[in-house]
Amino acid sequence: MQEADKSLLVVVRHGPYQGQLAREALDAVLTAAAFEQPVSLLFMDDGVFQLTPNQDGSAIDAKNLATMLAVLPMYDVDRVYVELDSLNLRAISPESLTLPATPVGGHALRDLFVNNAHLLSF
Amino acid sequence: MKIAVVVYGSPTGSGAAASAYRYVSAALELGHEITRVFFYGEAVHTATALAAPPQDENDLLSRWQQLGQARELDLVVCIAAALRRGVLDADEARRHEKEACNLAPGFTLSGLGQLTDATLNSDRVITFGG
Amino acid sequence: MILHIVNKSPFQSDCLNSCLRIISPEDALLLIEDGVYAALDTPRGLASLAPAIPVYALEADCRARGILDQLHASVKPTDDHGFVELTLAYAKSQSWF
Repeated sequence: MQEADKSLLVVVRHGPYQGQLAREALDAVLTAAAFEQPVSLLFMDDGVFQLTPNQDGSAIDAKNLATMLAVLPMYDVDRVYVELDSLNLRAISPESLTLPATPVGGHALRDLFVNNAHLLSF
Repeated sequence: MKIAVVVYGSPTGSGAAASAYRYVSAALELGHEITRVFFYGEAVHTATALAAPPQDENDLLSRWQQLGQARELDLVVCIAAALRRGVLDADEARRHEKEACNLAPGFTLSGLGQLTDATLNSDRVITFGG
Repeated sequence: MILHIVNKSPFQSDCLNSCLRIISPEDALLLIEDGVYAALDTPRGLASLAPAIPVYALEADCRARGILDQLHASVKPTDDHGFVELTLAYAKSQSWF
């Protein structure tokens, strides 16, 4: 277990404009970071759609989630991961993502779940 | 063991609040400590005092209140999520110039820091999604 | 190591499949709410799960749905106390919803 058992993995599995879940997940991540809790963020399943380019939330009177996610590096949240299978299933290339996110699968994916003390899923 | 419980699911649109209630009751019966129950997302509706379910239906709000009072539970409703959805205490109603408030007694509005604090200070974090 | 909690029917949602991509033999799977429909003996259920992984289904949710006597032989029904004990027996839990 890393960093004295306080580390947190936030797993984001829902699309950007399905209710408030995506932005409330982001708020939880930013709060953890503000409290200096070691936090990693994993996008999987429809969560990977939060990172796809050309989003225009204004078309449905919603805040642009990709723009909101862009604050993550400013909060020093740099452990950002994206699940490879989820990208492949949705024909998304890792290079197209709006945030620098490390693609993970297999053992590396499993390790994320194993090496963080707590898991919060959204 | 110290257990934090996080609830996101709507009390009417999902089983989350009911499952969480049963889990918390069972954990207390077994002598464990519930550090906090944090209501986030749609789960903030669990704490509205204005729900008036028919008498033959499970009154989840009363059950949370009774358990909360009997066991001195820290039942925290995320303030940002609650304001967005119209669950306000008297202070917030005044601050936002609303005519009424509806946060049920026994619940507290507080910030997301309470969620972080709960994860930092608990042996387990159990999430009930919608 | 990890207790995976699935609350969606496998006929309705891909939650169970996502969970199965992560799960490993030192983990356990707990089915709650509509997730208990995965405990039925159907091809959508637990077919792709390694037999070594313990699978539990919350008894109250099975009873409510009238399926308590139709669970796959490998699935162990558990009551609310059992749910709590599982969350303590495993180091952490991941909810799939």
